[in-house]
Amino acid sequence: MRILVLAKPVPDTAVAAERMGADMRVDRTAAPNVVNGNDEYALEAALQLVEAHGGEVAILTMAPANGVETMRKALAMGAMRGVLVTDEALAGADVPTTIRALAAAAKTEEFDLLLTGLFTSDGGGGAVAAGVAALLGLPMLSGAAHIDPDPAAGRVKVRRLTDNGYDLVEAPMPAVISGTQALGTPRYPSLKGIMAARSRSIRQLSLADLGPDIAPADGAWTSTVLGFDPPPARTAGRVVNLPADAAAREIADFLADRRII
Amino acid sequence: MPPVILVVAEVAAGHLARLSTEAATFARDLAAEAGGSVLGVIVDSDPGVAAGELAAYLPRVVAVTAPSIATELPAPHILTEVRRLVDEGVTHVVLGASVDGRDVAGALVAFTGWGYLANADSAAWSGEAPVMTSNVLAGKAVVHSTLATAKGVLTVRPMSVTAAEAGAVGVVEARSASGEPAIPAVVVLDRVTEGGAAVSLEEARVVVTGGRGVGSIEGFAVVEDLADALGGVVGASRAAVDAGWIPYARQVGQTGRIVKPALYLSLGVSGAMQHRVGMQNSETIVAVNKDPDAPMAEVADLFVIGDLFEVAPALAAEIRSRRS
Repeated sequence: MRILVLAKPVPDTAVAAERMGADMRVDRTAAPNVVNGNDEYALEAALQLVEAHGGEVAILTMAPANGVETMRKALAMGAMRGVLVTDEALAGADVPTTIRALAAAAKTEEFDLLLTGLFTSDGGGGAVAAGVAALLGLPMLSGAAHIDPDPAAGRVKVRRLTDNGYDLVEAPMPAVISGTQALGTPRYPSLKGIMAARSRSIRQLSLADLGPDIAPADGAWTSTVLGFDPPPARTAGRVVNLPADAAAREIADFLADRRII
Repeated sequence: MPPVILVVAEVAAGHLARLSTEAATFARDLAAEAGGSVLGVIVDSDPGVAAGELAAYLPRVVAVTAPSIATELPAPHILTEVRRLVDEGVTHVVLGASVDGRDVAGALVAFTGWGYLANADSAAWSGEAPVMTSNVLAGKAVVHSTLATAKGVLTVRPMSVTAAEAGAVGVVEARSASGEPAIPAVVVLDRVTEGGAAVSLEEARVVVTGGRGVGSIEGFAVVEDLADALGGVVGASRAAVDAGWIPYARQVGQTGRIVKPALYLSLGVSGAMQHRVGMQNSETIVAVNKDPDAPMAEVADLFVIGDLFEVAPALAAEIRSRRS
């Protein structure tokens, strides 16, 4: 099986807040980038599928040129090669442009499955995978908790989480699948993997390589960020430190005051 | 030109999804500010009941019967009907930021090239375009953004908007599905129900959550018993889910469910930012934790320093005795 994993470098939210300027923008060159969490689960699922069925996992990323550093982390986990869409004219690209660029890049690859995370931890729009699937004319299976391909039959089954269980859905391959942490815990790269990742190839694609009409002229994006603010503070409440029975009465009184019980 | 705002509603167990009542309220308020109009669309194998419910929120509801949705994922069929309404003059499409809502949004943005504003917590109309506010970076910042185009797609984050019915009941217009969707169908082979509360986390009035401090699968009996005493449902932090003590479907947080109950009571949950994103809009927050420095103290209305295995059973007993 050939699996293409769409993986986005995102600011590490654990430290991003400390690297915010006065205008609340994250300096993406200063804040360390990590592979988006949900994409890492998709990568783990891809590696396990290839271990079971044979084949190859490749990474597809759209990022500034330093995206290579984050891609090395994915290659160290076991992906065999990478494709990086990078172009100064794509800096700050909006969602429709991102969708067009990634769909055009995916067209340069042959794959049975295109896997990715359900959404990213930075923007979190969660629309790119479905947009790419739409432009490629492929079925979109979102919210996967388990992926079960049948390469001989050319079909894939996915467990899709619902409020009270899951739906078992099926489509022909190639297909696009998005998933979450229910796919399983990502492996840590081994030292051997980290060494091997250094020599794995990352093919770079510029806007010119992707064809015409991907990005609007002069960065005329369809949406604009006006500014950032700190989140509204929630006032900290009362703190009590009492023996358990007294604490229980205190909580019960508090809930009764608020007419919750 | 005044905007024509379309709300794409979803059906859950035959009824209008809660998130769709929030999206409808959001869109109606936005249309009123803009001096534009608002309508809703509901696409299902049997849309009647949910369409009637949506008409309590919107002046006009298009109810499309698409029999295929009984055995296929809804997004391709919804997309087809939304594009038909776009051809009829819709300028802005509002969806709930659910799995299906995002799928429809992505395909719509891909086909139209319209701008996309994701995960709105609120929005206002300013000049020619909506300006939306959204929490980003796991709740560490609030971003304000707008569309540079006259048309666009917006998603509304669950539990951000307080749903309110309109004064008058709207008109429901029944339609048949337009035909084969433009994007491939995905077949639903089976719908499996697994053990879990009858009331979903999102709908629950009271959510009692266990975290790392619960320590084991057996430890969750204490969480379940307190939830039972309060008439609530059980949730979990990511640490408890990762440890395998409780299924992922119970997880509250950025990568789990977003909840806004009347009472959120946490037991042994430290309150990492990724967890707080999923519960910080709760009306009342009570936290029990041994660690006085747990970040949950920053959002709790009442923070109890103590051992959850002592406090929770005592509280369950206290509540039961007051009720009897």
